Amino acid sequence: MSENIGKIVGVNGNLLTVEFNQPVTQNEVGFAALGDLKLKSEVIRIRGRRAELQVFEDTTGLKVGDPVEFTGDLLAVELGPGLLTQIYDGLQNPLPALAEKCGFFLQRGAYLQSLDRQRKWAFTPSAKKGDTVQAGDKLGSVPEGIFEHRIMVPFGVRGKCTVEDVAAQGEYRVEDVVAKIRNERGDVLEVRMMQRWPVKFPIRAYGERLRPVEPLITKVRIVDTFFPVARGGTYCIPGPFGAGKTVLQQITSRYADVDVVIIAACGERAGEVVETLREFPELTDPRTGKSLMERTLIICNTSSMPVAAREASVYTAVTIAEYYRQMGLHVLLLADSTSRWAQALREVSGRLEEIPGEEAFPAYLESVIAAFYERGGLVKLRDGGVGSVTIGGTVSPAGGNFEEPVTQSTLKVVGAFHGLSRERSDARRYPAIHPLESWSKYPSFVSDEDVREARHVLRQGNEVGQMMKVVGEEGTSLDDFVVYLKGEYVDAVYLQQDAYHAVDAATSSARQQYVFERLVKILRTKMAFDDKDGARKFFQQLTQTTKDWNRAPMPGDGKQADPEGEKQFKDLEARIEKMIEEVADYA
Amino acid sequence: MHKIYHRIDKIAGNVITVEATNVSYRELAQVTSRQGTSLAQVIRLDGDHVSLQVFAGSRGIATDAQVRFLGHPMQTAFSEALLGRVFTGSGTPRDKGPPIAENMINIGGPSVNPAKRIIPRRMVRTGIPMIDVFNTLVESQKLPVFSVAGEPYNPLLARIALQAEVDVIVLGGMGLKHDDYLFFRDYLEEHGALARAVMFVHTAADPTVECLMVPDISLAVAEQFALQNKRVLVLLTDMTNFADSLKEIAITMEQIPSNRGYPGDLYSQLAARYEKAVDFDTAGSITVLAVTTMPGDDVTHPVPDNTGYITEGQFYLRNGRIEPFGSLSRLKQLVNNKTREDHRTIMNTMIQLYAGYKETLEKQAMGFRMSNWDRKLLKYGERFEKELMDLTVNIPLEEALDLGWRILADCFEPAETGIPSKFIEKFWPKTAKTQEAVEAATK
Repeated sequence: MSENIGKIVGVNGNLLTVEFNQPVTQNEVGFAALGDLKLKSEVIRIRGRRAELQVFEDTTGLKVGDPVEFTGDLLAVELGPGLLTQIYDGLQNPLPALAEKCGFFLQRGAYLQSLDRQRKWAFTPSAKKGDTVQAGDKLGSVPEGIFEHRIMVPFGVRGKCTVEDVAAQGEYRVEDVVAKIRNERGDVLEVRMMQRWPVKFPIRAYGERLRPVEPLITKVRIVDTFFPVARGGTYCIPGPFGAGKTVLQQITSRYADVDVVIIAACGERAGEVVETLREFPELTDPRTGKSLMERTLIICNTSSMPVAAREASVYTAVTIAEYYRQMGLHVLLLADSTSRWAQALREVSGRLEEIPGEEAFPAYLESVIAAFYERGGLVKLRDGGVGSVTIGGTVSPAGGNFEEPVTQSTLKVVGAFHGLSRERSDARRYPAIHPLESWSKYPSFVSDEDVREARHVLRQGNEVGQMMKVVGEEGTSLDDFVVYLKGEYVDAVYLQQDAYHAVDAATSSARQQYVFERLVKILRTKMAFDDKDGARKFFQQLTQTTKDWNRAPMPGDGKQADPEGEKQFKDLEARIEKMIEEVADYA
Repeated sequence: MHKIYHRIDKIAGNVITVEATNVSYRELAQVTSRQGTSLAQVIRLDGDHVSLQVFAGSRGIATDAQVRFLGHPMQTAFSEALLGRVFTGSGTPRDKGPPIAENMINIGGPSVNPAKRIIPRRMVRTGIPMIDVFNTLVESQKLPVFSVAGEPYNPLLARIALQAEVDVIVLGGMGLKHDDYLFFRDYLEEHGALARAVMFVHTAADPTVECLMVPDISLAVAEQFALQNKRVLVLLTDMTNFADSLKEIAITMEQIPSNRGYPGDLYSQLAARYEKAVDFDTAGSITVLAVTTMPGDDVTHPVPDNTGYITEGQFYLRNGRIEPFGSLSRLKQLVNNKTREDHRTIMNTMIQLYAGYKETLEKQAMGFRMSNWDRKLLKYGERFEKELMDLTVNIPLEEALDLGWRILADCFEPAETGIPSKFIEKFWPKTAKTQEAVEAATK
């Protein structure tokens, strides 16, 4: 128990001004006493003998003169087996356990241990007495669901150490000592299965960082084919409200080809988290055949939960992501939404009466955002394995205007930009990623040339469409009109995807390659029509047939064989070919 | 007993500062001066300086006015006796009934643990096709009605209050014109819906601070009803007035404004209210429908913009109709697969074709020649607007879907609609009927 006690001298919203006598640390955790309750808070500024603390809870009822206990520790998370499948709040309180204890509402001042202290894990040692190890090296492992969870030398250990003792194979609790190591100075350190790490510091216990090039398949066609994301890369999805950011994130969390998915619901609606946490246990992961929840972890600090904890929640999430990366796993972190996090920074900055930057965001916004995205990456571990953290953040720009500070700061540091457009979502063209404005710096798995061709048709089609609004259909040549229809066709059958259809919702990379190749062939085919009405009618039918094709399962692609559906797939493909044959102009 | 303070240091806007000790943050106080007694709430502690926002405003408060701290935060009474009654933003009766002071509950309580929420699964039927078919309202949903001054948003809310299938209606009025307040009261009374309603009304003539209390007090009461297994619908009008009151207090407190003068925490403030919408694991539910008028019809204005990010979709009320574009109920996907299998198809197809109609209208306005397709769209668009979009249409969902198929069949060939072939086979009316036959059939 710490003896460093301060006294409240001011309360303004969630900001406390506290007078202290003994040394305090910047970003150290303090507890404000409210009767029997202790409210967690963090030091964010020190001036003379006064420290300013942001409280992670509602401050109603605090009085001038109430004591604040400084702990000397920075805000940290518990890392160890049992993290997966959990639902934590921004400060790593397990929400289901909290619900059991406190009922329907989130009572303030209630903090629970993040990891279950009683649960036993089957530990298998891998290091031997006398081995030389350093931070992040494997000492043993426990099975956690579908993974082998590595028990590692704590990341905070400096220099090389010698293993003095490793526990025998057996069942241990997270707080049990499983190894003893001696550092260069001769001190013996006890290693438990669980370790703590301060959230605002990146974990750097790896060999080297690599350049992310291997695509991360999300099974969203427009993303994988046109604007791919790489494992260990970063991307952002800015979009006005109602454009489908969250649905896109949910689809990604479901189908993305990674080992672990961490969802940081940061300042968004509770309802969306509920959908995930109620549905995922029922869904099976096509990669493992187990429940999707086994690879998922949710950090949930929804919009009505305290703002300061929202600021902490993205760090909690990324720290846990880095932890699993250290085990040689590929982790996808989905942060929804980074704008709410930036707003939390703004609220605190406002209360501190700092000189505001653009739109009252603090001047350090850019560097904070950059530092966060830089925690993503592909790394080579010391044992030669490879792990990655891919970060996908949504951005909710005020007024849907991408010129605002959060979007602009984010665009500077990410590798792919999936800009959602109001225009497309209004026209129900989902996912509403704008095909002409978005970009990606990562390589795609389909041929560059084909993508260029498709993009060319889309751009030209769009130009003709714009022109047609001015000069009308009769002022457009038949050739131009066909280009326009081709553009609309690609859009309708490839870029758009029905998130609620069992087959269409997720397109495997094999299917994408197969379909896209055929599609580009159609685009390259020169077609002859008698008039515009004829052309339109043809494309309407072609679109209809191709959409039906999208809904039929591809042979060798589904979980179970579906002979009837697969026959349909082949029939439809043949029908499309025949249709093209009829209008193709080989002259 | 509680100590009484007499020395007020500072009076600015609706905020007074008094020197006092042992006062807790957000505590309530009574301020008594010649103008009468008003409640006030602590909004900042700085050493011995306590700042309070005075509910009735600071007008007429003398520097020697009495300030008595009550030792508890803002509370409201809760009992079944609230039904059929009308109160002000601070909870005193606005009708002629007696005050209620039993079973006091704190307002603005903590938020619901996400682990105790469930996926919404029941639709709220309203009998309005533009809602039921195209943007289904779902229990526990929070939806704003984006509108502009002059649109019939209050009559729309009143109709929903009347027709919606829920147990309790809580109506929170903020900055209402007195006429509008009377309209709500009389309309609900005439149609016998007042008995299942509680109203908390702040009119434009009342002090600003009371306006801030209306959503909290309404939602606190709604929450209690929901915990008693009731399905509650909370109607709020107009949230822009609430945001403007927030702005007023923030500026008075010399907070740094972020966007057009609104405080930086506008999003969190609005979210704290909207997020009270909930479907409890083992109890009732709260659904929130809130009017947000957009100053200058500008959806990028901070209030509608922040609201849009919080809520699960939005209705646009323009020209007396719920606009099909932009309007969206994000939760509709959770229920419209359980209504009737053709629900989604009809919803998507009709909207896509209506978008085509709008484009054609533009072309027509510019004097372009109408193609065959254009003429079909024109015919379709007119019927869609008349038979489905009109807000006075009051038919159940199933009838509305049938009507949709009939309109499509009268205007298009099946392939032109892009509807999956299996639905065409099952639902496409075999003989396209004439207008007269349609009318005869609906009677």
